[in-house]
Order: sequence, then structure tokens, then C-alpha cells
Amino acid sequence: MLAQEIPSLPRGVRIYFDSVRDKWVLLAPERAVTLDQVGHAILNEVDGHRCFGHITAILSEKYNAPKEQIAEDSSGFLDALRARRFLDVI
Amino acid sequence: MQAKAPPPIAMLAELTHRCPLSCPYCSNPVEMAKLDSELDTETWTRVFQEAAALGVLQLHLSGGEPASRRDLVALVKSAREAGLYTNLITSAIGLSERRLNDLDEAGLDHIQLSLQGTDAVMADKVGGYRGGFDRKMKTVEWIKQIGFPLTLNFVLHRHNAHQLPRALELAQEMGARRIEVATVQFHGWALKNRDALMPTREQAQQVTQLVTEARKILKGQLVIDYVPADYHDDYPKRCMGGWGTTGLNVTPDGQVLPCHAAQSIPHLTFDRVQDKPLADIWYNSSAFNAYRGTGWMSDPCKSCERKTIDFGGCRCQAMAIVGDASATDPVCIKSPLHRALQDQANEHAANSDAPFFYRISPGKATEPAE
Ligand code: SF4
Ligand code: SF4
Repeated sequence: MLAQEIPSLPRGVRIYFDSVRDKWVLLAPERAVTLDQVGHAILNEVDGHRCFGHITAILSEKYNAPKEQIAEDSSGFLDALRARRFLDVI
Repeated sequence: MQAKAPPPIAMLAELTHRCPLSCPYCSNPVEMAKLDSELDTETWTRVFQEAAALGVLQLHLSGGEPASRRDLVALVKSAREAGLYTNLITSAIGLSERRLNDLDEAGLDHIQLSLQGTDAVMADKVGGYRGGFDRKMKTVEWIKQIGFPLTLNFVLHRHNAHQLPRALELAQEMGARRIEVATVQFHGWALKNRDALMPTREQAQQVTQLVTEARKILKGQLVIDYVPADYHDDYPKRCMGGWGTTGLNVTPDGQVLPCHAAQSIPHLTFDRVQDKPLADIWYNSSAFNAYRGTGWMSDPCKSCERKTIDFGGCRCQAMAIVGDASATDPVCIKSPLHRALQDQANEHAANSDAPFFYRISPGKATEPAE
């Protein structure tokens, strides 16, 4: 994912707190993807307006970690969601 | 005593066995539940709440044709209120524009549309319902307008396997994000139709190759999930992630099954949602515990390194073909019946003009609600 790309969750994909398993999950057609802390933190910042660069900057500040590190940790995750059509990118 | 089973993730709610179509591969049992025995709205609502509390995340509303239920909109609403991700599995017959708008308002998350063929001649012949294809295409326009996420489900067999390239195009034209290319699984009505439906070995290979190529070309545009023809395979399909580990199925009259074909195993008895809480049935019923884990296995599965990968394959298929539900799935290369099954598959596939044996709908009205 490039810094200027803007990710958004398409209709039919939503974040949900699974209280039975005590975990955040991403609900999508035929799938429930368990979110780890990083995954959940990123998707929380995905609002369809912010670009990926902006999102990593926000998280970098929030978690006091280098921006590049966050971009590296989350880019693969977002690309995998994109490949399954669980994430739109413009 | 084995470790406690995990909670289920998915529930298939077969709202009715009624359907205006009569596909010869329908997964409904040959003995179907009658209209008068269908669960009412209140009972389904309670079942949805119990399912969510048990840990179910995904709800598939299926049938028969779920749109044949007059209370479909109310059911979707109550499923969403229970917190379930709600998917409608439909042929589109019985969905008017107004009803789709109501489903949208009720919070329906996703639609999975079945495709019997890529043109009216094929689709209406397979579905046994004239005009069905045109109505489906019309409904797709409304689905698009509303913007429902859409998956196309193309059930593939000897008669329509050559239409796969067009099915992939259609999916894109319809704006589907995903297509399931599912070769017929031989349970329910399909078991009676093996002569008419069995793909040839060459077809099965061509389809696999086509899917592999299309996945590369369409990456990021159209997700292709693929169920290959298992009679021609060397290893069986994994049984739903393992019997009683991932999903459950509720029949129109309230029986709770570990899988949709489980009623074909005659020694199993099934509890009903009218009599017991869903959680009790999931964790304690004899049917769910019958093939959980690996303790029930005998050789070759028992000593096989793949036993926690495919769990010995399909119990219903072992029942149907071996006559013993705890046998190794005969698809498996390690089964003594593997060769015989492959020969049998080729024989079925060679019956070039075997007629369809259409599914018959259960008693009383089969008309869609609108
Ligand atoms: S022997 Fe049993 S466990 Fe092993 S691959 Fe075959 S079906 Fe699966
Ligand atoms: S037992 Fe067979 S038919 Fe039933 S879910 Fe498992 S694989 Fe499918």
C-alpha cells in the first residue's frame, strides 16, 4: 500500500467486537477475520478520507513508534484484505 | 473425554424447503419438511439470539428459497438485532424491488445469488423453471442499484462446465466481488443424479486450470472460491473444518444438524430447537459428539498424518458410498474403495443422455411470497 492511497471498508465489511471470544473481528462475506492489536488499530483509523500515510502518522504518534515501522507492519495486512476485496483503495 | 469443542462461527438457517426452482442437485434432503412444520418468526428470532450468544458470527439464510418465507424481512431484522452478519442465499425468485429495499432497511449484509447457467436456455433447464433466468437478471439490476455486496454461486456440472468463462464475465458485469465455482457435491438430490451431472475427468481438469488462470488475471477484482470435483480427486475435502467445530445447520422444522447432509446417516438422532437451548445441543448432543475430533476413526485414517487436516473427509459420503459413516471417505487414495469410486465416476460421466431427475417441492403452496 502506498502512502497516498486511501483505504476504505466497503459495504458488507465491518469491525465487530466478538464478546464470546473476547476479540475484535472483521466481518465480511463468508469470513470472520480475527484482528490483532495492530490490525484493529489500523482499521479504526480507516475512514475513507485519510490516506495510508496519514494513518501511519496518526498511529506513530499514538503508539510512539516509527512511522516506517508501522507502515511495514500494516501494509501486508491491508494488501491481503484488498486482495480478498475486503478493502477498497482509491 | 475430549477437550471441550470451540463455539461455532457459522449457522445455516434453512428457513423453508419450499422453492419455485427444482434443481436436480439440491442439497435439501429427499424427504423434505412440509410448510406446516416450519418454525415461526418468534422461534427463529429466539434461535438467532441463542446462536449469537453461543458465538455464531455469520448467519446464512437459506432454504429451499428463503424468499418463499413471507416473514423474510422480519427475520433479517431480528438476525441483525441479535448481532449476526446476515447473508441471504437466494435464486432471486420472490425478490421484488420493494422487498429488496425492505431487506436493505432491515440491515441485510450480503446476498449470495445462485446461477444455474449463463443463458436462459441452460439456466431454465437446470432450474426447471421457465423465465427464471430473466427474472434473476432483472433482480440483479435492483441489487446493484441498492448496492448490496454480491457473491455469485455457480454450481458446475457436466452440462454447464463449458459456461465457466462466461460465468466469470457475468460476475463482473453484475458487480460481484466474489464468485463461488462449486462443482456439484453428491448429497441429497444430486446423489440421484450422478449419471446426469457427473463431470468428466477432462472437464474437471480443465475447470481447475481455468480457475487457476482466472485467479491470476482477476486478482484484486474478483475473488474466486473453488470447490473441485471430488470423485476425481485423490484426497477428500475437509469436512467443514471438522465435524462439530465450526458450523451448524437448523432445518425448517427445527432440527439441529452438524452438516446439511447429516440426516443421511440413519443412526444419528437430532435435537430440536423447540426442545433444548442451542448451546446445549452444540456441546452435548449425541449427533454433534459422534464424529468430533479423531477418536472415532479407524485405519487408515487413525494412523494417517493428514487426520487433523481433513478429518477423514466427509461422513455423509462415507455413509452413502461405503455404507459406514465412520469409514474413510472413499475419495481418499488410501481408501480401499478409491479406485472403484474413480471408475464409478467415469461410468456416471459417460451417460451422455441421462435425464435430470428434478427435485420435488414439499407439500402445499410453492409460490413465492410476492
Ligand atoms: S486416510 Fe483418512 S485422514 Fe488420511 S488422507 Fe485419507 S481421509 Fe484423510
Ligand atoms: S459430513 Fe460431509 S456433507 Fe457433511 S459437512 Fe462434512 S463434508 Fe459436508
